[in-house]
Amino acid sequence: MKYLVLIIFFISFNIQATTITVCKTCEIKTINEAVSLSKDGDSILVKKGIYKEQSIIIINKSIHLIGEDNAIIDGEFKETIIKVTANNFSIEGLTFMNVGQSYTKDFAAILVSKSKHFILKNNIVKKAFFGFLIEKSHHGEIINNKISSNAVNETSSGNGIHLWHCSHMKIQNNIVSNLRDGIYFEFVKNSTISNNISKNNIRYGLHFMFSNNNVYFKNEFKNNGAGVAVMFSKFIIMHDNVFHYNWGMASYGLLLKEIYDAQIENNTFEQNTIGINVENCSRVDYNKNKFIRNGWALKFSGGCYKNIFELNSFMYNAFDLSYNSKLNSNRFEKNYWSDYTGYDLNKDGIGDVPYRPVKLFSYIVNRTPEALVLLRSLFVDIINFSEKVSPVFTPDNLIDSKPLMKMIHD
Amino acid sequence: MIEFKKLHKKFGKLIVLDGLDLHIAKGGIFAVLGPNGSGKTTLIKSLLGMVIPNKGDIFFNGKSVLKKWDYRNDLNYLPQIANFPPNLTVIELINMVKNLRPKKANEKELIELFGLQGFLQKKLGTLSGGTKQKVNLVLTFMFDSELIILDEPTTGLDPIALIHLKDLIQKEKDKGKTILITTHIMSVVDELADEIVFLLDGKIYFKGSIDALKKQTNNTNLERAIANLISKQYA
Amino acid sequence: MLKILKYSFFDLMRSRWSYVYFVFYLALGFVLLFLNNDLNKAVITLMNIIIVLTPLIGTIFGVMYYYNSKEFTELLLAQPIKRKNIFMGQYVGIALSLTLSLVLGLGLPFVLYGLFRSTAIFDFILLLVAGSFLNFIFVALSYNIALSTDNKIKGFGYAILMWLFLAVIYDGIFLISLLMFNEYPLDKFSLIATMFNPIDLSRILILLKLDISALLGYTGAVFRNFFGTSFGMVVSMFILALWVILPVFRMNAKLKKKDF
Repeated sequence: MKYLVLIIFFISFNIQATTITVCKTCEIKTINEAVSLSKDGDSILVKKGIYKEQSIIIINKSIHLIGEDNAIIDGEFKETIIKVTANNFSIEGLTFMNVGQSYTKDFAAILVSKSKHFILKNNIVKKAFFGFLIEKSHHGEIINNKISSNAVNETSSGNGIHLWHCSHMKIQNNIVSNLRDGIYFEFVKNSTISNNISKNNIRYGLHFMFSNNNVYFKNEFKNNGAGVAVMFSKFIIMHDNVFHYNWGMASYGLLLKEIYDAQIENNTFEQNTIGINVENCSRVDYNKNKFIRNGWALKFSGGCYKNIFELNSFMYNAFDLSYNSKLNSNRFEKNYWSDYTGYDLNKDGIGDVPYRPVKLFSYIVNRTPEALVLLRSLFVDIINFSEKVSPVFTPDNLIDSKPLMKMIHD
Repeated sequence: MIEFKKLHKKFGKLIVLDGLDLHIAKGGIFAVLGPNGSGKTTLIKSLLGMVIPNKGDIFFNGKSVLKKWDYRNDLNYLPQIANFPPNLTVIELINMVKNLRPKKANEKELIELFGLQGFLQKKLGTLSGGTKQKVNLVLTFMFDSELIILDEPTTGLDPIALIHLKDLIQKEKDKGKTILITTHIMSVVDELADEIVFLLDGKIYFKGSIDALKKQTNNTNLERAIANLISKQYA
Repeated sequence: MLKILKYSFFDLMRSRWSYVYFVFYLALGFVLLFLNNDLNKAVITLMNIIIVLTPLIGTIFGVMYYYNSKEFTELLLAQPIKRKNIFMGQYVGIALSLTLSLVLGLGLPFVLYGLFRSTAIFDFILLLVAGSFLNFIFVALSYNIALSTDNKIKGFGYAILMWLFLAVIYDGIFLISLLMFNEYPLDKFSLIATMFNPIDLSRILILLKLDISALLGYTGAVFRNFFGTSFGMVVSMFILALWVILPVFRMNAKLKKKDF
């Protein structure tokens, strides 16, 4: 009986699939109408034009909503524009604008909940509140979308791509800008985020919590209010991302908080106030990352164990490392430090004198931030030098015992 | 021509000029004499505007010179120590000083007179003290001014140059110019000076001709007459 | 004044020390660029050198020139020229020739290296502007010291002491007071303390470009508002100009009463 239903289902799907066209002069003039007429497997083709609609609801229909060029849905700042609970659907090529804004409800351009196997592709969202809000859904792909807004403060703005309780998602080639958080993950597993650009967001470019076993690569995070925050997650892999120009009072390229068993490789951190801010993280491997001209390349704030830094390049940062606890079982080895002044007599590429990444001045600035105005002053150089010769305040064993003489090239 | 009126000058607690009054008429050679620290140089420098008096006034041709600068175009001054920018050449220096004063100069004659032709392209830093003094003299005498002030003009000069200098001074005097000289060399005073101004403790102690001085001190020798003046004071 | 300036300038441009200074910067520029191959790093290293060395050289040249040309100055004083013009001419002559050594000495290797095609050009120009300001400031300060001290040895001593104070000791006192008054809000204090030292001020001015990300991480709001905007740049430049103008004013006031 069960099989029979399934067979009938597939037959009907194959035979009856049709295309419904929506346009201003067509028989069907609104998307809402088209959706209510559609059946599983149907495609809805939205022709060029501005459609002032919201609360388009798709429930349990596997349909394909396709926008032709310049098909615009104007939400008139009222509501969520499309709400979907269905499997095997896709939405592509549409432009959404003027999503409803609210302090109490999370209005979005597209809200997907309890769905599987869907694709959101080639859409543009302008003046978003939330862009795409995905909850309790699995096996979705979000590809090639552009989401932007004009967020001013955190309370009156939403996130670009917001995922909650999802798994096996693929987020690729999107551009998200001027929102609260560019990309937001909470309780998301086994997903990949790649080749996205997240910039000019007022809080985080990427923000994720309680999201294990995810891979992030080749993304660019630029000029976000507070950079990227990664918290309370395990088994994360981040590689080949670029974090740059995240400037501000409490701003960092990457904030790591309670992260365990992660790999951070080949990323570039350039001109951030803090390259990576690490709190309570253990068993994280940092490999071949580049830290260029940051205020602080690395800021360690205690509770960190068994982290390994190898083959990273630290170049022209105001401070390479700020460290306010014991070394614990963290290890710095074979990194390149542009401030290193040692020599290599046996020409094996490894400096013969260990490098001390923590300067006395960095220790002073930790205690008295105002002292930062004396950065690069001759007096500071003198006290740094005397501390280097005979360490009193900085941890004695915090050294890179095998500093590289040359920077690592890819 | 020059009138010093109640001139006071203190350097710290040291009183150098103490209500000095002096009138110097036009024409003739005046030797300003006095023991070390009597205020000779201060007097001359006040006239030049290099030292600023605490009280009193100085008139040059009837006009006050204090806080003025253009009157200096009508006087030539030979400073005591000749020290010039070491990297300029002699001719550059001469041209520079010419450039600074809107006046005709006859430096060529003087260069010949002191035999400086061979030194014109040399840097001042490489010259000997005597040669520098010759350059100094050229700079002073090349302009035609009614007042010439010479501070120790004979320093470092060889005998021939000295004779040239004396001739030069005499010639200027004959043109009716006023010449002020300070020197320690009494033979020069004896030979050239028409009148002696003797300073002591910031005041004019004696002013008159050499003969008057000799008469007053009952000495036929000028050097002794001067010594007599000083010793009387300290006796 | 222009005539005096011209002669002081030519005199200095021909002195051995100007050459040494010029060649030093030239060599420094080439070594930094061709051994390092990185314009940005070269600019940072240069900053460390410029904010310490230009004040020192300016100070030494200033007092040295004053005392060495004392007799010549006296000769000039007897010429029909205003006092003010003589000293202003000398002052500008020294400061200008030092600035020329700096700008040409560093500029040449950087231009040869391809500065104009680099993004570091603005950092570099700022560096030269700050260095030039420091030249003018420290020559003026040292001239003030020399004018007030007739004893050559003492004058040299005071001038070096002034440099040492502004380059090192000032920052030491500054840092210690920051640490001691840790519990109080200190950002206004540190902003003002920076203004009172031209070396600190030019350092901040350059940091504004080079390490701006670090400075913005600074927690004080006053500081952030100041440095986050171009307002900070304008004010810093203005104060640097004041650092030139005030000593020059004092120099002229001193000259009016000075005996030679």
